[in-house]
Amino acid sequence: MATTMAKALNTALADALAADDRVVVFGEDVGALGGVFRITDGLQARFGDKRCFDTPLAEAGIVGFAVGLAISGLRPVVEMQFDAFAYPAFEQIASHVAKLRNRTRGALSVPIVIRVPYAGGIGGVEHHCDSSEAYYAHTPGLKVVTPATVDDAYSLLREAIDDPDPVVFMEPKKLYFASADASLPARTEPFGRAVVRRPGRDATLVAYGPAVPVALEAAEAAREEGWDLEVVDVRTIVPFDDATITASVRRTGRCVVIQEAPGFAGVGAEIAARVQERCFHALHAPVLRVAGLDIPYPAPMLEHTHLPGVDRVLDAVARLQWDDQPDARWAAA
Amino acid sequence: MTTTPQAVRRASPRARRTVTPPDPARSLLPDAEPVRLLAQDGMPLPARADYPEPAAEVLHELYRRMVLGRRFDTQATALTKQGRLAVYPSSRGQEACQVGAVLAVRDTDWVFPTYRESMALVARGIDPVEVLTLLRGDWHCGYDPTEVRTAPQCTPLATQCVHAAGLAHGEAYQGRDTVALAFIGDGATSEGDFHEGVNFAAVFKAPVVYFVQNNKYAISVPLSRQTAAPSLAYKGVGYGVPSEQVDGNDPVAVLAVLTRAVAHARAGKGPFLVEAHTYRMEPHTNADDASRYRDGAEVDAWRDRDPIARLETYLRARGVLDDAAVAEIAEQAEAYAADLRTRMNAQPAVDPLSLFDHVYAEPTPQLIEQREQVRAELAAARAEEGDA
Repeated sequence: MATTMAKALNTALADALAADDRVVVFGEDVGALGGVFRITDGLQARFGDKRCFDTPLAEAGIVGFAVGLAISGLRPVVEMQFDAFAYPAFEQIASHVAKLRNRTRGALSVPIVIRVPYAGGIGGVEHHCDSSEAYYAHTPGLKVVTPATVDDAYSLLREAIDDPDPVVFMEPKKLYFASADASLPARTEPFGRAVVRRPGRDATLVAYGPAVPVALEAAEAAREEGWDLEVVDVRTIVPFDDATITASVRRTGRCVVIQEAPGFAGVGAEIAARVQERCFHALHAPVLRVAGLDIPYPAPMLEHTHLPGVDRVLDAVARLQWDDQPDARWAAA
Repeated sequence: MTTTPQAVRRASPRARRTVTPPDPARSLLPDAEPVRLLAQDGMPLPARADYPEPAAEVLHELYRRMVLGRRFDTQATALTKQGRLAVYPSSRGQEACQVGAVLAVRDTDWVFPTYRESMALVARGIDPVEVLTLLRGDWHCGYDPTEVRTAPQCTPLATQCVHAAGLAHGEAYQGRDTVALAFIGDGATSEGDFHEGVNFAAVFKAPVVYFVQNNKYAISVPLSRQTAAPSLAYKGVGYGVPSEQVDGNDPVAVLAVLTRAVAHARAGKGPFLVEAHTYRMEPHTNADDASRYRDGAEVDAWRDRDPIARLETYLRARGVLDDAAVAEIAEQAEAYAADLRTRMNAQPAVDPLSLFDHVYAEPTPQLIEQREQVRAELAAARAEEGDA
């Protein structure tokens, strides 16, 4: 049955609320309105305003409140309205959410899910389109998860709510309303497993979240150029699945990592480094990255230039030294 | 209530005065002067119906724990000088606040302390060695927070204020009558999380007592740089939170005010904010030089307001304490310090491999790899030592 990622996330929240009395859902506009993206639509009506409620407009407060609720034994699921609006909560996330288990030698755990609608491609004005995943992935103690398919949206969110550790759950906004066949409740691979979305022989495209459909489209287009590309969806940035990605690149011998966030010091850089550490002798070309530009997220009329698209991916694939010649891009350097 | 211009014209001047609605904010404001039940010399001031004096045996216990608390504090400072602690933020001079506050809550309540509350934690009954684990440096938190219903000592300023609101709301949500007591200092009331915490607690009517120890300095920065408010207790009114200010060196008043604040919260009336006016007699920590920002005369003036001497004078006058009882408590304090000294002089065992145990419930594959790397490094180091 055709459904959307937004609906899958909504169903996952409803099913989690129904399955476990300890689950509470809160944030800004998540009650009567159902969230600005309608991900919490109908939850307050169905479960009451004790279990799905609006809070004061204060993100550090929301996450800090969740810490206290978790200590009392509840399982809070909080919504940050947009990526960039989550920054006030960063101290709570980095200093408490991520560290409480470790600080207390496991005596306290704070199984909180922090949902962050993220990334661009929706024509949003400034502060509504940041790809903030690297900040969280760089913080030990957090799990960082980002679905790219409808089935994964449901399954990963349910797993995040059940997980004993805090999870930053990054939802690619531009995929919210893309429709796909899915039968909910879906259960897919667990945390820590990347998935080959499209098998191929010639090169591996590694992507996550909003970059996965770009990678798949590029792989389709590459067929015309005679390249058979494999696409791996990372799914859970933390915990990271080295094994699946390593196995794929050892098979194909070439790798391009795609992310929407600015490339410098990003998750893609980490993936590229890990691939070359593990696959050096299997590689026929350097691991390349295709990423957003190293600029603040641009105004809507310019975002197309910033976002890694199919052409930029294909250009990178073309540079994978198919003729065994050095990459011309660096020749002058 | 809105009054139309016509209604105003019809009403007589006298009637207009009498229909003035009560100011809803007024009931939230603190007293203009800090609540005080003992004079500086330890003599009782007129009793107050709104802040009844705690029972004699409670005051006896308050005195006993303050004496033990100060001895603990002195010992911790000494341990720092001996290199046993990395650093120690003393709360000497704040004994009435440290001990009075924790005596006002139950063992089943939750306490959210800052790094300066070591004395409060030992007064709560937590093993002093476990309290000092953070400062000794063998781990971050030495006690089990769930067992002693006390959060880890919070170093990021004011962040615990929101945790207290969430914990209190969560407990109430699950049908328990737990109160959360959140400590905070004067400087940290400038942090956003203080305001967000008080506001969340107020909006959700969460049973939290926010206890501000205004010891006049945030490291070196004086209160005048934190606020232009007449008192930090005035910060409650903007959030709809009733507030009070108290002489923080008057142990009887601190306990009386905190007891009422806790009762208010437990009765389901929402949070309560208390500002205690006190003074940190020691530098911020042993690493600080207080002479750069305050003069000795100021410190000496506060020496005359010593909370332990004040309570002792009062309790002796009331016949609750005598020479024998004071000597007995002093002896207990010495024994407590001696035991702490002995146990702190033992080198704690640390295990580098334990660094990976509690990052997540289960270590990630990457952490397992790194643990193996460290294991190999340790084995190599041991082998090298063996060769040497």
